[in-house]
Amino acid sequence: MSLPNDIPLAWALALSGLLFLIGVAGVLVRRNALIIFMAIELMLNAANLAFVAFARTLNSLDGQVFVFFVMTVAAAEVAVGLAIIVNLFRLRESVFVDEVNLLKE
Amino acid sequence: MTAPLFLVFGLLLILSALMTILHRNPITSALFLVLSFCSLAGIYLLLRAEFLAMVQIIVYAGAIMVLFLFVIMYLNLKHDVETGVQIAVRRGVGWLLAITVGALVVALFQRQWAPGPVVGLTDATGNTEAIGKLLYSRYLFPFELTSIILLAAMIGVIVIGKGRQGGTIE
Repeated sequence: MSLPNDIPLAWALALSGLLFLIGVAGVLVRRNALIIFMAIELMLNAANLAFVAFARTLNSLDGQVFVFFVMTVAAAEVAVGLAIIVNLFRLRESVFVDEVNLLKE
Repeated sequence: MTAPLFLVFGLLLILSALMTILHRNPITSALFLVLSFCSLAGIYLLLRAEFLAMVQIIVYAGAIMVLFLFVIMYLNLKHDVETGVQIAVRRGVGWLLAITVGALVVALFQRQWAPGPVVGLTDATGNTEAIGKLLYSRYLFPFELTSIILLAAMIGVIVIGKGRQGGTIE
């Protein structure tokens, strides 16, 4: 069996889905807020990969432009989120999300 | 050649993403995240998205991950205790890598490198140029909106990071 010269859409989508699954697992399993943030970044990148793969298949650049916008939003999100985490650490001396239960008590 | 490279990059991507969410040390997680972003940039190159590959490396692996590492070190989360064996192994591997890279540099400089043919800039319509044209024509309004998003994020981060009026948060 010879490998095709061009990447099939299904491969890229499978990779994107797998990456998204890893991101979801990271958000659900880990308790460190920073790691959860990294997992969110992984999910955003999975979406980006799907965009690029479809852009390649449909032979259109619009998907790549959307990836550009997603990257911008991700950069803004990381900046704001990390500022919130720093404030959380100042307040509670911890970045573990299950120790942040002010509303529960 | 494209498909095997895709498999290699994909495997690297999945492995480093798994290590990102599984490793206990946040700094190691962040560095594995950099590796996964770089392999994703390789996949972008294979999918003919050259501009996005460069942006991925510069913005994600460069700017965003520096921000992550900065915050991790600022918070001083974890002093990981290392045993002597690990330190010795790491030092050995580090020296080995350094010597290899040094030998590579010496070998490279001993050769003569002919400059490639000059590519005319006028008729080359690359990926970057096409995306730029699209951004400034059909997607002009969303493009301007992203600048507002970035401005809002910047002001928000400054306000959040400054703390309350008293200067410190109790």
